[in-house]
Amino acid sequence: MAAGPMKMRATLDAGFIDVRVLMTHPMLTQQQSKGQPHFIQNVTVKVNGTTVVEGQTSQAISRNPVFSFRLKGGAKGDRIEVSWLDNTGETNKTEAAVA
Amino acid sequence: MKGRRRKILTFAGALAGAWVAGLLKPVAALAAAWNKEAFGAKTAADALKSIGAAGAAASDAIVIEAPQIAENGAVVPIEITSKIPGTTAIAVLIEKNPFPLAARFDFMEGALPFVKVNVKMGETSDVRVVATAGGKHFTATKEIKVTIGGCGG
Repeated sequence: MAAGPMKMRATLDAGFIDVRVLMTHPMLTQQQSKGQPHFIQNVTVKVNGTTVVEGQTSQAISRNPVFSFRLKGGAKGDRIEVSWLDNTGETNKTEAAVA
Repeated sequence: MKGRRRKILTFAGALAGAWVAGLLKPVAALAAAWNKEAFGAKTAADALKSIGAAGAAASDAIVIEAPQIAENGAVVPIEITSKIPGTTAIAVLIEKNPFPLAARFDFMEGALPFVKVNVKMGETSDVRVVATAGGKHFTATKEIKVTIGGCGG
């Protein structure tokens, strides 16, 4: 399955920005795929172009991963960008403004 | 004579291997950092060593929110908050998974040391979280019981 769409929601909560992001990805483990694992390795969160979270992930992350992050010091309208890169070089990203 | 030939061949093979590894390295570095050694570790102790957190001190300032019993090991929600001031990284290890290290997050200025993620668990296991603050490592664990494993097919 190729990389599907991503969904993201970023909302200003009490004192922080709550970012929830859904990625469509099979996240195949070594065992499931008979030695051809396929999983996201890098997740990057950017606010107005500046990286704030760098994640490294393994095949132990569930299929169609959902991540939540919290950012401080932001305001409504800030542009949040989340991107991922998997072990086969596939990549995807999504962008949303803080609501 | 035969033994010597073997040795030379092995040596040549090792050289070729080193050469290929040397060539591949810059490409991997370009593609973004992924700690292959730590993620490939088969025991939690090895994984901890690879991320440089072998001697992490226990801390109750790391909050792990997760179900005590996960019915489905394929999706186990885990929420982690570090209350240690200056936390710059959080790593999640599922001790009994085939590859224990599940994820590692680095937090820069502008992010709170918080993450929520769904993980797969092969069997009932301790989930270990390592938080890094000011170059020091702190750790906390929580046991999650799994009724149906989620790593195989």
